[in-house]
Amino acid sequence: MKPAHGRPIAALFRRDMKLAFRRLGESLLPLFFLFTVIVLIPLGVGPGPNLLARMAPGMVWVAALLASLLALEHLFRPDLEDGTLEQWFVGNDSVYGRVMARLLSHWLITGLPVIVFSPLAAEMLNLPDHALGTLILTLLIGTPALSLLGGLAAALTLSTRGASVLLSILIFPLVVPLVIFATGAVSMTADNLDPGAYIGLLGAFTILALTLAPLGIAAALRMNLE
Amino acid sequence: MIWKKLKLWFHMLGSAPYFYGFSRRVAPWLWAGFAITTLYGIYLALYVVPPDYQQGDSARILYIHVPSAWQAMFIYGVMAILAVIALIWRIRLTEIMAMSCAPIGAALTLVCLATGSLWGKPMWGTWWEWDARLTSMLILLFIYIGIMGLYAAFDDKRKGARIACVLVLAGAVNIPIIHFSVEWWNTLHQGQTIRLIGESSMDPSMLPPLLWMVVATKLFFGAALLDRARNELIDQDRNKKWVSERILEAA
Repeated sequence: MKPAHGRPIAALFRRDMKLAFRRLGESLLPLFFLFTVIVLIPLGVGPGPNLLARMAPGMVWVAALLASLLALEHLFRPDLEDGTLEQWFVGNDSVYGRVMARLLSHWLITGLPVIVFSPLAAEMLNLPDHALGTLILTLLIGTPALSLLGGLAAALTLSTRGASVLLSILIFPLVVPLVIFATGAVSMTADNLDPGAYIGLLGAFTILALTLAPLGIAAALRMNLE
Repeated sequence: MIWKKLKLWFHMLGSAPYFYGFSRRVAPWLWAGFAITTLYGIYLALYVVPPDYQQGDSARILYIHVPSAWQAMFIYGVMAILAVIALIWRIRLTEIMAMSCAPIGAALTLVCLATGSLWGKPMWGTWWEWDARLTSMLILLFIYIGIMGLYAAFDDKRKGARIACVLVLAGAVNIPIIHFSVEWWNTLHQGQTIRLIGESSMDPSMLPPLLWMVVATKLFFGAALLDRARNELIDQDRNKKWVSERILEAA
């Protein structure tokens, strides 16, 4: 009989999603956090519609980054604490696949709701209507990279003291190109320019992250267990 | 024959007591070389080179600013190579050396940013400009600090070094992307950029002190790296026999 490769990976994914849906309120807290950030900034800089429209792409993206940070600390830690993580490296199935399954569920829980609710955020910040499509597109392309790089930072800081502060310090320089490409694309659309180049670069960055980050995550997880 | 000797020497260098002795012997020479080249370079920069026709005497800060910027990036390259060696061959000494690179690189990045800021106030009229180069140096500083922070957060130093080496490599992949993304970001948002003096447009009389200072920063890096790695080594091995033997021998 053929060994059922992939079955434990699918089981891991189903388990993660089930847990997230059982605690739906808790899972959606990052999304509410995103809106608190988006409300706080106009309160700080003033409600001028032109100013807000200029800042909108950056604010949505920075808020999305902060929201994805919230769930990162618990991305691998419960598995480390109850010993499940060690089983990842004992079994026959690829650690790579498990890492991807975990990141996919992280993205579905933190990235996707942000995309779904981004039109609301864009409207609140007075982003020009014709730039909304580009904003959603950049979020669709870019938030998976956010989960990937966040996963790398989470894996690196897994068994450290004060992981959450360290995690945010590590992730910030890594996501600089992502924020620049994504907000650049949206701003260019808002100025009626062609954002194609920026979207292409954003896609290239995500593909690079997709290729390399899971390897780095798997290596870092293994080292944390040593 | 020479090749074999070199190989043997390289393998011996991996042993902690041998490295301890080697670095104690070599580092003072590097420090001396650093002192001489720096003094000579500064002398040339302050007394021999004429003041810049536009910027006057404040252009002289370039002789510290530019070499430290180059060295800060060079150190990242060295650290990345050491990290690759450390991760593949698991040589403990390379792990220590890679981790010793980070504070030196961070210090030189800070020197570069501070001198640039001091120069920027009279020249650009501001302490800080969101210029592409300034911004990418600042991000480089954050990466260095992240590496140092990650290494320091582990109680098990070997584990910390190996995990921080993964971060070094992630940074090495990302730094060129960050550099270019920041450059495009700036040029698109501001249109006009204030440029530092380009190499090609530099007067030949300005070159000798710059080269001396570049040599000086290289020697500084070598000396500081050997000292730092040696200190880290005896700190980690403080309960081992060879350390107490060497310390007693020196005392």
